[in-house]
Amino acid sequence: MSFNWLSAIIFLPLAAAIALALLPHLSVKAVRYFAATITMFVLILTLVLFCFFDRNIGTMQFEEVYSWIPAFSASYHLGVDGISMPLVVLTALLGFVSVLVSWKLETRVREFFIWMLILESSVLGVFCALDLLLFFVFWEIEVIPVYFLISNWCSANQRHTALKYVLFTLGGSALMLAGIIGVYYYYGSLNMVLLSQHDDAVLLLSSAPIVPIFFMLLAGFAVKLPIVPFHGWQPDTYTNAPLAVSIMLSGALAKMGGYGIIRICVSFFPDIAIRYAPLMLTLAVVGIIYGGVLVLRQTNLKRLIAYSSISHMGFVLLGIFALGQTSLVGASMQMVSHGLITGLLFAVAGIIIEKTGYADITRLGGLARQMPATATFFILAGLGALGLPATSGFAAEFTTLLGSFSSTVVDSAKWFVLIALLGVLLAAAYILWTIQRIFYGPAQSAFNHIQDAGKLHRIYCGLLIALIFIIGICPSILTSIIQNSTYEIIQVVGG
Amino acid sequence: MYLNLHLLRPEICLAITAIAVIAVDLFSRRKWLVNTVSLVGLLVSIVLAISLVGSMPNYVGNGLFVLDNYAVFFKILFIAIAILVVLVSTDYIERIPKLHGEYHALLLTATLGAMLTAAAQNIISVILSVELTAVSLYALVGMLKNEKSTESSLKYLLLGAVNSAVMLFGLALVFGFTGSTNFSEIAEMISKSVMSDGFGLFFGLALVFAGFAFKIAAVPFHMWAPDVYEGSPTPITLFLSTVSKIAGFSILLRLVIIIVDTSSNHTWGMLLAIISAVTMTTGNLLAISQNNIKRLLAYSSIAQSGYMLMAVAAVSVSMHDSLTIVSSLQSYMVAFALAEIAVFSVVIIASRYKDSESITDYSGLGKRSPRMAFILTLGLLSLMGFPLMAGFMGKFYVFNQVANGGLLWLVIIAVINSVISAFYYLRIIRTIWIETPQSFETPRSSPALKIVLFISGIGILLFGILPAILSTFTAWGSQFISI
Repeated sequence: MSFNWLSAIIFLPLAAAIALALLPHLSVKAVRYFAATITMFVLILTLVLFCFFDRNIGTMQFEEVYSWIPAFSASYHLGVDGISMPLVVLTALLGFVSVLVSWKLETRVREFFIWMLILESSVLGVFCALDLLLFFVFWEIEVIPVYFLISNWCSANQRHTALKYVLFTLGGSALMLAGIIGVYYYYGSLNMVLLSQHDDAVLLLSSAPIVPIFFMLLAGFAVKLPIVPFHGWQPDTYTNAPLAVSIMLSGALAKMGGYGIIRICVSFFPDIAIRYAPLMLTLAVVGIIYGGVLVLRQTNLKRLIAYSSISHMGFVLLGIFALGQTSLVGASMQMVSHGLITGLLFAVAGIIIEKTGYADITRLGGLARQMPATATFFILAGLGALGLPATSGFAAEFTTLLGSFSSTVVDSAKWFVLIALLGVLLAAAYILWTIQRIFYGPAQSAFNHIQDAGKLHRIYCGLLIALIFIIGICPSILTSIIQNSTYEIIQVVGG
Repeated sequence: MYLNLHLLRPEICLAITAIAVIAVDLFSRRKWLVNTVSLVGLLVSIVLAISLVGSMPNYVGNGLFVLDNYAVFFKILFIAIAILVVLVSTDYIERIPKLHGEYHALLLTATLGAMLTAAAQNIISVILSVELTAVSLYALVGMLKNEKSTESSLKYLLLGAVNSAVMLFGLALVFGFTGSTNFSEIAEMISKSVMSDGFGLFFGLALVFAGFAFKIAAVPFHMWAPDVYEGSPTPITLFLSTVSKIAGFSILLRLVIIIVDTSSNHTWGMLLAIISAVTMTTGNLLAISQNNIKRLLAYSSIAQSGYMLMAVAAVSVSMHDSLTIVSSLQSYMVAFALAEIAVFSVVIIASRYKDSESITDYSGLGKRSPRMAFILTLGLLSLMGFPLMAGFMGKFYVFNQVANGGLLWLVIIAVINSVISAFYYLRIIRTIWIETPQSFETPRSSPALKIVLFISGIGILLFGILPAILSTFTAWGSQFISI
């Protein structure tokens, strides 16, 4: 195909953002419709690509290569494979949903959508870039829109959140930059496809500091995912950020971390990944349990979802570092599934907070009577989060756990799976308890006259729920596209 | 060896212009004429400098100076920056009503000195050209004639004088131990003699490096910078932080390449690497607590010197491929200069109506004057080394070369430093865009300043997105004369 599909997808939101910036006199309504149209169009484009994607090939498709900086043989190189394709669609979907979610926003609407569109561009770029430098550029750009989105549209006493987020992210990505420079120095290439075909065993025997480079690269992804000791920014950020940003952060940006670990850490350095797999699996299990336990103690609705997110991303890490063919498929599915479920949870939480005015769970209760539709949405999302069969959560977590248990590369993975199962139990506990605290119990008269979810709310919640169940009932939509690409990686790992 | 004076045509043109400026100031009452004459002189000079592109490397003035691509690159760069400094001075100069002629003439001689510094090939010419810049700047710094400006001028003069003495002593020792004033001959002598019995020579070189460390404001010779940057007229601060600093680097790098490369000794490289690490860390940490924007930029400029010193250290550590390192450093310098020009131009415009330079004065600038705020943001992001800005590519080039030279630890320190620097750059960006404005004055800028803002903004983005354009120039500009 001669048309540059991926470039079009990546730069369309950016172009729209520039257009919005140059048209200061558009009415608020026009801005909203414009943003919604653009993001929907991007979503449609990604879906078209998803359909045209050849599922029998595990290598890169829709590639675009142009020379960019000859001095480093850095190129403008884009492409998607089975691992990144679903994430591109997910990002476009969440970009569209987050525009709908912020429909009622009244303050500085134009600026808000400009930043949201730039954010979408940069995240899409991360998933499509196949040149390390280009990858880093997209990776880093994301910081600026998020910084402005959080600090402009959160309450004034929470502005430190934005700085905290930025410093954590920049700290991680600074080390990542050092790692990229190290990779370039020792491998002499920035081409991510070529690099993943290298054999790191030779370098591992030499005196090259390849292990520090691995961990420097990992640092950037660890902050983003987040892996547990690096999660300090996450609960505050998810809680204080505007709703649309929380959705993008948890649904799409966190996946950049998981994607980066698969695409860069594991593919470039399979032997180091195997050597340090027990360490990473420990961190994964710690994350699953730690996040799960802390959820039980939360009373703020958004913070609760934030901690459950830590727990769920632990499964992604578990699946990746079990280094089995099936476990990697599971981890990739978990990324997509978590994006949908957490996006939905945040969206429904947004409805509850908007209608009742409270984010504090202790003040809520008995809402099932007053807001039956919202309650249904939340319960369905919750069932997905706790991994009930027929939801995408089940398909993803089951594949991850099964794949990790049967991994032939990392023998100790079995024991970690057994501990991770506790996390599944915890998830059931906190989800059901949360549902009970919000929606059941005596109905409160204070909430007698609140409205239920509106038409717009029903549209985007329904969309997400439909996807959760479609993937849950028919997971082969995803697995067929993912498995060939994970096979390519596992071949390098030697599993 | 010949005089080859025609190869010094840009310098001669500048010298004539400087005299012309004084003459015009004496005999004409039209104030704007001074400005125009100096601008025209600089433009002619840059054309003459560009006409040197492609000429064969040659010695000038009986071996006092050289004319290689390296020197021509810096000459063009210095004149270009000087043109922009003259443009940003058009408004600012109202504050020094009676000294327009002196201001422009001294600015021209300072530029002249910097250009000669980049071409110096002899101890004598180094001293002369470095002093020419320094003495001009001593006077320029004090031109505001208020308490602060006078104090910084005196401080700069006293410390600068001590520094010159130290450097002179060092150069005298080098001359004494090698018996020559010519760099290539010195290098030859050093490579012949065994370094172990050359403590005097080592000491002499150390004093020389200390002298240049003062010029580029490297720790521990940076103490003057914040006070002088704060007290000077803002266009002169810009000049100090770009032309004067880059000139210091140009001669330091030439010395390191000619002398250290032949002695194949890693002591200097490690020393420079440590100084660079200390410089960037000190600069960044001290910048965090600043509330005056010029002081903050002074500390940030110290930190930037640290990044640039990395490349100098890499040159002296890795024997192979020093040209690529030089070219990456030159890319960084261009990016740095563009960012400084962008930032300082906005500072000049913003301080036009209000004399204070506190960062809080910039609150809500994004609402009052979005275009200016945008350029300032670009400049700050570029200094921070943010992708798509020229500064990121500069940093990437330099860090890459430094890692190539085997100094990966220095790169790690540098990237950690970039995060520290993000803290205070982002604070300004937040002040500009997010905090509510205290006043609703819209700072107006004259057309000259608008041009400068436009050029710097375009440059930052262009070199950031398509760095290959810049690296073509620097690949050419890094060619040294073969010794």
